[in-house]
Amino acid sequence: MFWPVPMYLPLLVSAVLALVAPWVGRRMPPRAGAWAMVCAAVVAAGTWATELAILAFTAVGQVPLVAEQGPWSVRALAAEDPVSRKTAAVCAGVVLLVVVSLTAASWRRGRALVDAWRECRHIAAGGDLAVVDDPVPAAFAVLGMPGRVVVSSGMLRLLDGPERHALLAHERAHLRHRHHLFSLVLHLTAAVDPLLRPLERAGAFAVERWADEEAGAVTGDRRLVARAIARAALASGRPKQAALSATGGPVPRRVQALLAPPLRRPDMMVAAFVVLMLACCASLAVTAHDTERLFEAAMHAHTTAARLHTR
Amino acid sequence: MAGGEDGRGEARRRARGELEGEVLAALWAAGGPVPATVVQEQVPDAAYTTLLTILTRLGDKGMVTRQRAGRSYVYAPVDDQAGHAAAGMHSLLDEGGDRAAVLARFVSDLSSDDERLLEQLLHGDHPDRG
Repeated sequence: MFWPVPMYLPLLVSAVLALVAPWVGRRMPPRAGAWAMVCAAVVAAGTWATELAILAFTAVGQVPLVAEQGPWSVRALAAEDPVSRKTAAVCAGVVLLVVVSLTAASWRRGRALVDAWRECRHIAAGGDLAVVDDPVPAAFAVLGMPGRVVVSSGMLRLLDGPERHALLAHERAHLRHRHHLFSLVLHLTAAVDPLLRPLERAGAFAVERWADEEAGAVTGDRRLVARAIARAALASGRPKQAALSATGGPVPRRVQALLAPPLRRPDMMVAAFVVLMLACCASLAVTAHDTERLFEAAMHAHTTAARLHTR
Repeated sequence: MAGGEDGRGEARRRARGELEGEVLAALWAAGGPVPATVVQEQVPDAAYTTLLTILTRLGDKGMVTRQRAGRSYVYAPVDDQAGHAAAGMHSLLDEGGDRAAVLARFVSDLSSDDERLLEQLLHGDHPDRG
């Protein structure tokens, strides 16, 4: 009566979305790409976690103490359940892991955000800019009320006037468009579903590119932004075996993208995102409906059995 | 409409804050006390009087000092003698993981391959620079 295949379909569709999204998102203009990838990450992680919880609940529902709350018949549920008890137990274990991983990731990210804000709060700011007197070139934006751009004097002396303008425009774009939230959401969804890690990296890159393009629009010269990035990166010279540089170097790719003509939004790619996200939601709705019917049948069996018993 | 005026007020406030940032950046980049005309060369969008207002405001905040030089004034940024800010910045940047991830950094670290590629791009773009 209940087919097992549709029960696993949402997991499959969310996996396809997770794997296809970074590939498609990278080929979109950065602003549209960043939005599409964040939406895809939320839908994929939500589908994955909800479906696991549904599968786990078919086993949890067979615990007599839980069944009494329905009440439904444990025997009828076990007989009709398309998910084997072992599979459901594994799903319950994974749900537990997801909860732990999400809590840990939120706690770590939250603390890091508060730490960064606390560290930068003391630096005196003129307008939205705080300058740190330090020869090492460095520049970043910190979330806050209001957010703040922190730049070292070494970086300001390294760049010429227009390049400095490009740098400030880039960091202000991060603050204005709340890019910290994008990276937070991408990070937390990847904590829920490890398949989303490539999407987190692609999304973070799209956000950087978005700020680059906005700096290009503000200064009216994309080559200028490319030059500012290249000169700042070369002078920063903090050779580190960072995980990021192993993936192919985001800085040269940003510079190359700015030197190339801007991408146009391909409607086909937006359509691909929409179709996959809708498929996620639809398959999840089907399983949720099937599971509801499963439990309704078990409840019905329970009332019938009770009536027979009292006669 | 009130909402529209609020939006414009917000934009104006932001523009003023940004201009203040540009002036401060130009002063730090100069590397020594400079007259207001030099700052204006670096921040061409601002009128001279606006610039003087901003310099005065930065002076009131204790972030800029003003000294007489001949018939006019020269301005210089006030540095953080104790180096607290620099130490704090380094502690943020040097730690990896989440602490580094929440900073929207202008440029990330380079590998040696990246460095070579960037040199090529930079010289291909502007052979006279670098």
